[in-house]
Amino acid sequence: MTQRIAPAGRLGVALAVTATVALGLSACGGTTKSSTDKAASSAPAAAAGSSANPNAPTKTGLTVAFLPKQVNNPYFTISDNGGKAALTTLGESYKEVGTNSGTDTAGQVSYVNTLTQQKVSAIAVSAQDPGALCTALKQAMSNGIKVVTYDSDTNPDCRQLFISQASSEALGRSEVDLLGKQLNYTGDIAILSAAQTATNQNTWIGFMKDELKKPQFAKMKLVKIAYGNDDAQTSFQQTQGLLQQYPNLKGIISPTTVGIKAAAQYLSGSQYKGKVTLTGLGTPNDMRAYVKNGTVQGFELWDPAKLGSLAAYAATALASGQITGATGQTFKAGDLGSFTIGAQGVVVLGAPTVFTAANIDQFHF
Amino acid sequence: MTTTMEPVRVAVPASRGLLDRVLKMRELAILAVLVLMLAATQIDNSAFLSQQGIKDLLLNATILVLVAVGEAMVVITRNVDLSVGSVLGITAFAAGDFLQGGGNPLLAVVLAVALGAGFGLLNGLLVSIGQVPALVVTLGTLYIIRGIDSIWIGSREITAGVLPTGFIDFGHNGLSALPYLAVLAAAVLVAVAYFLRNYRSGREFYALGSSPEAAGLAGVPVRRRILAAYIACGALAGLAGALYLARFGNVDSGTGSGYELTVVSAVVVGGVAFTGGSGSVYGVALGALLLTSINSVLPSIGVSSVWVQAIDGILLLVAIAVDRILALRVAGILRKRAAETRSARHG
Repeated sequence: MTQRIAPAGRLGVALAVTATVALGLSACGGTTKSSTDKAASSAPAAAAGSSANPNAPTKTGLTVAFLPKQVNNPYFTISDNGGKAALTTLGESYKEVGTNSGTDTAGQVSYVNTLTQQKVSAIAVSAQDPGALCTALKQAMSNGIKVVTYDSDTNPDCRQLFISQASSEALGRSEVDLLGKQLNYTGDIAILSAAQTATNQNTWIGFMKDELKKPQFAKMKLVKIAYGNDDAQTSFQQTQGLLQQYPNLKGIISPTTVGIKAAAQYLSGSQYKGKVTLTGLGTPNDMRAYVKNGTVQGFELWDPAKLGSLAAYAATALASGQITGATGQTFKAGDLGSFTIGAQGVVVLGAPTVFTAANIDQFHF
Repeated sequence: MTTTMEPVRVAVPASRGLLDRVLKMRELAILAVLVLMLAATQIDNSAFLSQQGIKDLLLNATILVLVAVGEAMVVITRNVDLSVGSVLGITAFAAGDFLQGGGNPLLAVVLAVALGAGFGLLNGLLVSIGQVPALVVTLGTLYIIRGIDSIWIGSREITAGVLPTGFIDFGHNGLSALPYLAVLAAAVLVAVAYFLRNYRSGREFYALGSSPEAAGLAGVPVRRRILAAYIACGALAGLAGALYLARFGNVDSGTGSGYELTVVSAVVVGGVAFTGGSGSVYGVALGALLLTSINSVLPSIGVSSVWVQAIDGILLLVAIAVDRILALRVAGILRKRAAETRSARHG
């Protein structure tokens, strides 16, 4: 039964296989990884200071690159397609690059470096980490590339504008208000977040805690913040842990799309269905089943397509010299209307939409 | 070759009893740690082992048990399959895509298993015929399958809303505290364990892992057994993919990323040596149950989840240390016995 091939034949096969594998590997790897070192010597940011001309014509033929936290992530795809649509309308070109993993910060840095070398007009980036991208983004800005962050910000000096999905304050407070209404302002509540280090999550949670200090929430007590790391299995187990550790738990807020759908899936198949109220940030497609089967009464989110669209308009306005990113400047964003830049270069999209059984079928994202 | 498919009665000599007992201690040790941990948690929090609690523990372990059992078959032959996470992800999506189009749930599971077995066949062919180290080959297929996954799926996702209710219910229902998924996993576990222990071809997996050269010389069909191990591993990853879909009701292109490391951890903690030729799938199932239970125990007693990974790492190191000590003891017993036999012959 021992079939043997001659050493030469075996070597040949081995080489062929190795070659195939090597080809496959290089095809699936990222682009340039070697450019990381070059970013080390960078000049400080070219901050807003030069003059803006609000009446300057919108340049056409600009290239705006979107660098989401993670490509192939449904949320970012909707968002980036919103940006693409806006850019196409304006006559600019759109491109999207990014890592397959939401935690590959080094990968994001090398994409920024590649875009800098390619001399794109502007970069719209959703940062995986507030500090790690700074050196690379400052280098891009010193090369005349406009930098806009969206969804998740960097430190304010590493970009010209941050397009916020809704003000962090409005999001944090409105989630508590929503749960308060559903619970009749009574009972123990918990938060199921993503990673313990996620910037936006922690900011929202800060405002949630502050909102809970108001007198109408005196009978609601935040007992625990759990971290599901935006992983289905971990979010499941963290939800189970919350329910076991706090038998009197009445409500959970999950301000992450992965967390809320995992928690909803767990609740809908457990004895806690209908007894524990879940709300937070989710997408209508993810949550439709749970709203219809009664596990979830209502949740909220901004429209990610509008977020991407606003990021595209802002990047174009920067690259056309209509704005520089200074507080108080205004720019037009097509159908979305006119926006004013707030303190620290933050532009806020608007108030979030609440989705319930009554309106969920009108939304498809 | 038809004879290999019948169980062989191996007469166990009385002198092997001690050896067997030493090896069984390994599984008993995991069981003891598991029981101790669950009991301590129950004392701290009486809600932990409620009916829902037990059901959750079993459900949490099911998918890992299935993939780890498949992985164990490969590791026993002194190989490894790192592509299981990618296979799980792509089969889960394939099953979901099929169901979304109105397919039959049972056929969807069969489809996932067949697709998984197909990827297992690819891995097995590359490893056994190409004679390339399994670590490199399956690292390559890990990326290739994930790449296919990304291209095919893009940003699409399968959500609970598009799946048949019966399929989702199957993912969390059961007979009181015993979920259907766990029953299925247990059946697979028992079947694989019986095959590895009682069939000639099953024993050859171990022979192959102990010494591929010696096994080849002794007439073990080396390539065919390696191929079989990979196909089984792929098929089980496919089955796990279908069950993942039923359990979580949500699949996208990132599903199963990094899962291979959890699987390998479960295999090692479960006492299957990476040098091949030893360990049992029961041990692996216990290892998987132990790892997933830790992730349930910590939140339940209020310990921050950041400790989970550190604790998993310590468990791995302890498991490897225990294996090393056991291996040395077994070697000592064998040497002593050989010496006794020799002196008896001379005396």
